[in-house]
Amino acid sequence: MIQLHHYLLISGALFSLGIFGVLTRRNAINVLMGVELILNSANLNLVAFSRYSSTGIDGQLFAVFVIVVAAAEVAVALAIVLNLYRLLNTVNLDQADTLKR
Amino acid sequence: MNLGNIESLCFFLPELILIGGILGVVISDISVKQLRNILNPLLTGVVLFGALYYSVQTEHDVASNLFEGMLALDSFAQYFKIFLLLAAILVFFGALHAEELVPIHQGEFFALLLAVTLGMILMVNSIHLTMLYLSLELVSLTSYIMVGYLRRDRLSNEASMKYILFGAVSTGSMLYGFSLLYGLTGSLNLFEIQEVLLTQGVAGFNQFALLLVVVLTMAGFGFKTAVVPFHFWCPDVYSGAPTPVTAFLSVAPKAAGFGILVRFFFSGLSQPNGEEWSAISGINWPLVLIGLSVLTMTFGNIAALTQTNLKRMLAYSSIAHAGYILMGSVVLTITGLKAMLVYLFVYLFMNLGAFLIVTVIFDSEKTFEIQDYNGMFRRSPFLATAMSIFMLSLIGIPPFSGFLGKLYIFGAVIDQGLFWFAVVGALNAAIAAFYYMRVMKHMILENSTGNNTPLHISYLNRALLVALLVPNIFLIVFWTPIDEWTASSVTLFRGL
Repeated sequence: MIQLHHYLLISGALFSLGIFGVLTRRNAINVLMGVELILNSANLNLVAFSRYSSTGIDGQLFAVFVIVVAAAEVAVALAIVLNLYRLLNTVNLDQADTLKR
Repeated sequence: MNLGNIESLCFFLPELILIGGILGVVISDISVKQLRNILNPLLTGVVLFGALYYSVQTEHDVASNLFEGMLALDSFAQYFKIFLLLAAILVFFGALHAEELVPIHQGEFFALLLAVTLGMILMVNSIHLTMLYLSLELVSLTSYIMVGYLRRDRLSNEASMKYILFGAVSTGSMLYGFSLLYGLTGSLNLFEIQEVLLTQGVAGFNQFALLLVVVLTMAGFGFKTAVVPFHFWCPDVYSGAPTPVTAFLSVAPKAAGFGILVRFFFSGLSQPNGEEWSAISGINWPLVLIGLSVLTMTFGNIAALTQTNLKRMLAYSSIAHAGYILMGSVVLTITGLKAMLVYLFVYLFMNLGAFLIVTVIFDSEKTFEIQDYNGMFRRSPFLATAMSIFMLSLIGIPPFSGFLGKLYIFGAVIDQGLFWFAVVGALNAAIAAFYYMRVMKHMILENSTGNNTPLHISYLNRALLVALLVPNIFLIVFWTPIDEWTASSVTLFRGL
């Protein structure tokens, strides 16, 4: 029997993996993968809460909007990564870090 | 009282004008080059002034929700609409002659400027978590593109890369916090959340979950307002972006971020207590904000002491100012809110003035280093005097309006008895005097190593500088209108 806390544990794990990916990856595309994990963990949370409680489908509606925004964000992010690649011929974030402290 | 979708449209005029403007600029952008160079700025200017006129004209005292509980219609919203449109107008005029942007096709810049303004206006009005998230993402996505607008400039690309990665993680964390809040309270409307938290109470396990929600939500709000643990994008983005964009980012999204911070914490996580509020017992979010404010002020001021690049220095200074503004929100009184609004208003003019002078000097000197500002007084006394006035106003020295903001903020904090907090703020203002005065010293007292030819400033920039200097100099004398306007703007819609 799958209960609410199973979904919450999985979304918590996804969130942590996403944060880990963002913090440790050097390739810009891999960082974006981490960002997607974070957004989808929140989506899973929203849909699970909506499914397992009697509070209507607000959460599912919010999740649909989040999917749309995540897609738009990835589009913009990839455009910026493409721009960076055209200039520096690399997507390695360590090499794109020239602004001094 | 919830207004339906069609009835809400007549209160939605400024936003509708902005939407029409965005579409209009995108369409007018495909015309011939000579026509489009006139049509784009003309259309943007007309749209911005029209939206400003209608946001002053629209009746905002109707105590109601728009669009079935998505947006609020109160004078707090009206204050921010006017503030944000004013910021957009000033940056629009400042960007017309900026050398960084003029060679590049500017049509999309104006469309992005209108879109960002629309997003920010929706952001401060929103009382539903979906609307809050959507409008915050609209602001974020358009600002990422505006920061990376100089496509062939390495620093601009790097700045936008850092901005989008940091912003995506912060808003993603905030979204996770919102999902937890939805799970705990069962609703996405801020007033229903408040009601559930008040009636059911906060006990046991829920307390930790609510603290987690506060921390995660502050990740998103702190990112927008550049508060300390979430400020890492700020110096790099400010120094890499084109200067008009930096000027806009330093005032407008920051103010909108404070607007949503106030709405979320005051309408969602506090209970109204007569004229004031008190935090719902169990979620001690004022303590979290006090800690963040102290960290922000101290770090911002100390980090700015060693900067040699003027835009980076102004970035750290705007981080410090965010710390001062945050002081006004922890006291949970009408005085505190009013202080925040007054501080934001004077901060608008002094920060935009400083960045306008950076733009003007870059146009002829092509540099942002403070060392290269040596001897500016001999080359253009007007610029040096104007910069000195903006710097003194940023420190908070009495004849200039920066003092007004600090007076209100420290007054609100002292009224509540938090003397140590006000002392920390005052010490930080004293530390800040060093790096602001260093700019003045380089401009006035040092001899320039290069040429001594007079600096050319276009008439539009001169007019804009005078328009920004006037509030800085005269608000300390004519501050009653601002006092009355902000006092009438702190009525947050209480949710009936």
